[in-house]
Amino acid sequence: MTVRSAVVDRPIDCAALLAEVADPSTGATALFVGTVRETNLGRPVTGIEYAAYTAMAERELAAIARDTAEQYAPLRLAVEHRTGTLGLGEISIAIAAAHAHRGPAMDAMRDIIEAVKVRVPIWKREHYADGSREWVDPTAVLVP
Amino acid sequence: MTVTVLLFASFADVLGRSRIELAIPPGATVGDTVAQVRATAADRLPPQPLVAVNEEYARYDRVLVAGDELALIPPVAGG
Repeated sequence: MTVRSAVVDRPIDCAALLAEVADPSTGATALFVGTVRETNLGRPVTGIEYAAYTAMAERELAAIARDTAEQYAPLRLAVEHRTGTLGLGEISIAIAAAHAHRGPAMDAMRDIIEAVKVRVPIWKREHYADGSREWVDPTAVLVP
Repeated sequence: MTVTVLLFASFADVLGRSRIELAIPPGATVGDTVAQVRATAADRLPPQPLVAVNEEYARYDRVLVAGDELALIPPVAGG
């Protein structure tokens, strides 16, 4: 079983993550790739700046990876979340999960991205086309 | 005694800094200390943000000891 997770400040190489989890014992590999989108809530976005409480984010990400690997054992897992300023289309997170069968591989991948969004201390500040910048608060109530 | 308070993202913007060395009374809890930090920010921080002590999520009734690192965690937005 291989389980690795990291918070990185360089571009994420999905091919490297896929190679890392590849193994003859597996028959299904799920890859989740999160990228910077050009709009959010109708506002044109030019980039996103990701900030982290890095030590704790590494720890939380590792706990999520470890718990998920145990739940879907035997699972091979490689997860990276990037920090810093990213342009449109750049990869902010990638999750590669390999298992003997597709069901557990896809379930594990989804569990991880959902847990990341709830408990890993990482924040994003969107940069908008009009030059303004705002920290994203997913808990904010949307007023129509 | 002294603890280190860490602030991130929107909270760091509100206070204009990301780290405070804060003197607190012996026996002070996380909740007491969050209130103390909010008082210095004219309550521009939310009343009950998530917190971590020494890199782990913590409860408000936890008693802090000298040298603890208390982080105020804004709503996370990773992924």
